[in-house]
Amino acid sequence: MEFKRKPITDIGIDETLKGVDEKKIKRAIDWVLNREASARLKVFVETCMRCGMCTTSCHHYLSHEKDPTYAPAGKVKQTIWDILNKKGKVTKEDIKKYARIVFSECNLCRRCVQFCPFGIDIAYLLSLVRRICCLIGAVPQYIQDQALSHMQTTNMLWFRQDEWLDTVQWLEDELKAEIKDAKIPIGRKNAEVLYLAHGLEAKYMTGLLTNMAKIMNVAKIDWTVPDTDGWDYTNKAFYACDFETMGKIVRTHYEVAFRLNVKKIVMGECGHAYRTGIYEGVRYLGWKESPIPYIHGVQFFYELLKEGRIKIAKKIEEIVTIQDPCNIVRYRGMGKMLRYIVSKLCENIVEMTPKDDHNYCCSAGGGMIDAGPVWKSARMEGGKIKAEQIKNTGAKIVIAACHTCHKGIEDLNEYYKLGVHVKFLTDLIAELMEIPEEMKP
Amino acid sequence: MEQFFKDPSLYTFLRGPMLWLAFLVFFLGIFYRIAITLREAKKEKIVYPYLSLRYTLRSLFRWLIPYGSISMRRHPWFTAITFLFHICLISVSLFLVGHVELWYESWKIRWWTLPVSLADGMTFITIFCIILLILRRLFQSDIRFLTSSSDYLILTLVALPFITGFLAHHELILDYKIMLTIHMLSGEIMLMAIPFTKLSHMFLFFFTRAHTGSEFGAVRHSRDF
Repeated sequence: MEFKRKPITDIGIDETLKGVDEKKIKRAIDWVLNREASARLKVFVETCMRCGMCTTSCHHYLSHEKDPTYAPAGKVKQTIWDILNKKGKVTKEDIKKYARIVFSECNLCRRCVQFCPFGIDIAYLLSLVRRICCLIGAVPQYIQDQALSHMQTTNMLWFRQDEWLDTVQWLEDELKAEIKDAKIPIGRKNAEVLYLAHGLEAKYMTGLLTNMAKIMNVAKIDWTVPDTDGWDYTNKAFYACDFETMGKIVRTHYEVAFRLNVKKIVMGECGHAYRTGIYEGVRYLGWKESPIPYIHGVQFFYELLKEGRIKIAKKIEEIVTIQDPCNIVRYRGMGKMLRYIVSKLCENIVEMTPKDDHNYCCSAGGGMIDAGPVWKSARMEGGKIKAEQIKNTGAKIVIAACHTCHKGIEDLNEYYKLGVHVKFLTDLIAELMEIPEEMKP
Repeated sequence: MEQFFKDPSLYTFLRGPMLWLAFLVFFLGIFYRIAITLREAKKEKIVYPYLSLRYTLRSLFRWLIPYGSISMRRHPWFTAITFLFHICLISVSLFLVGHVELWYESWKIRWWTLPVSLADGMTFITIFCIILLILRRLFQSDIRFLTSSSDYLILTLVALPFITGFLAHHELILDYKIMLTIHMLSGEIMLMAIPFTKLSHMFLFFFTRAHTGSEFGAVRHSRDF
């Protein structure tokens, strides 16, 4: 089987490679494979018996007419084994091919790891190749741009600090139309909860931030949002395996929390940022675990409902299915909490098969959606199995507690004409919860 | 050993000094590989701090019992083949009457043995499984894509002691003594290859599972099976 793909041009990769020589490539490879990687790389490469147990676990393989070049071990063969066989002496063309495989044909969802008899961390092996591409600079342009924005502003879309403060203030004003004396406290010291938002919530999806503020107000949470940069929990540098920037972002979040002396950080519905906040970034900074609790939206809502701090007034009657975001389910076992919340909100739930921590990725995760429009076709093709999975449930609403899953499935919905609505828990809860009479304006 | 000095021949060489060498390379090789792996794992900041005995055992249990993992349940035939293959391979090597007799002859130690006909059947199953594994490599597209010549070489390396042992036992093709000589030689080569080839999965299995099992259980709060 040959590696056959339609040509795609990404200036972040192609233009960078024009200015790179093979010496620089070799240096990046040597650094990553000899200095940064160690036992795991060697043992994983050696123990792989090429048994093919991982093959059918991958949604890209299943979505591509069983083309072995999309199988998990097949992707390892075409990248890391190839680099090792060539002893690091690879060409620019090779790097271009590797970058395409690791950025647009693997979501690093780690489903294959669950299927490997040796527990070989295939996603780790492919992320080593991402790291090599990152050191060379050959990373999809959209990821590069967002990572640069993170370096400058600690948010993903070049938002200035005053724009953030301004946005929060007018959102508070608007919320007052719905909730009497609604507050979005900015930079309040000694609050219990520090809420971090998704970058998009401050620009294109402000409704989501408003809804979160609504829930906070109704549940009477002692909360605050940052008054400085560091309000955006996203961490796009992580997708490029730019660990230095990733660490800087996570450190900023904890620094804001320490300065405001809050008890815990609560974030919205996002996958990768949760993972960096709770262990990937935390480990990079030298902590074993997060120094103060770092709570995902799903866990936060679960606790609010369990403790009865919010009450649900009415339930959704339409058929609903649940998307299990890899980063919070396979990576943090939140499947049960997610189902508890959904069971409180919806009458008719039809589950996808497979589900929970064996669920398929939405095909947008791991930076594939962040790689930008040029790679959208790869995402749509790879998501075929996800689209079929959703279609088979007959659901009208898909609940996706992750920004990436949300947008990814919205795109699949359009591409495969699934006729579903994709919903965040935040929006559903804000819509369905009981608002006490005294809080109504 | 003494036999070789009294009567130096290829047979007594393989039965004496060469066997010593094979076991020495086998055990020292394994020890060396494990020591190196454990030392290098220290450089990986995320391995040791997160190791968990509970989740290591959970992971090993799930992957050592047949059909204990979703992956094995999804591949029922392959699972049957690999389990039969590994069980027969290990049991015949350790519990064959002929092998145990040799240990008794040299060291005066003895343990439980397999009935001869059962051992014969298990040898046949081992060879049959190897043929199936080779056919799978040849005809299943995703595995053919991954396979290189070294994979066939390793399967041959494992198959040879069993084929020659089977032929020697039934006194087929070659003279018993010659076949037995080839059998011993191939077995010794296989033993020595274990620590330094992909056959090292025999012991590395426990290390990769410990890491991944702990990572999935203790850090990711989900299942690795």
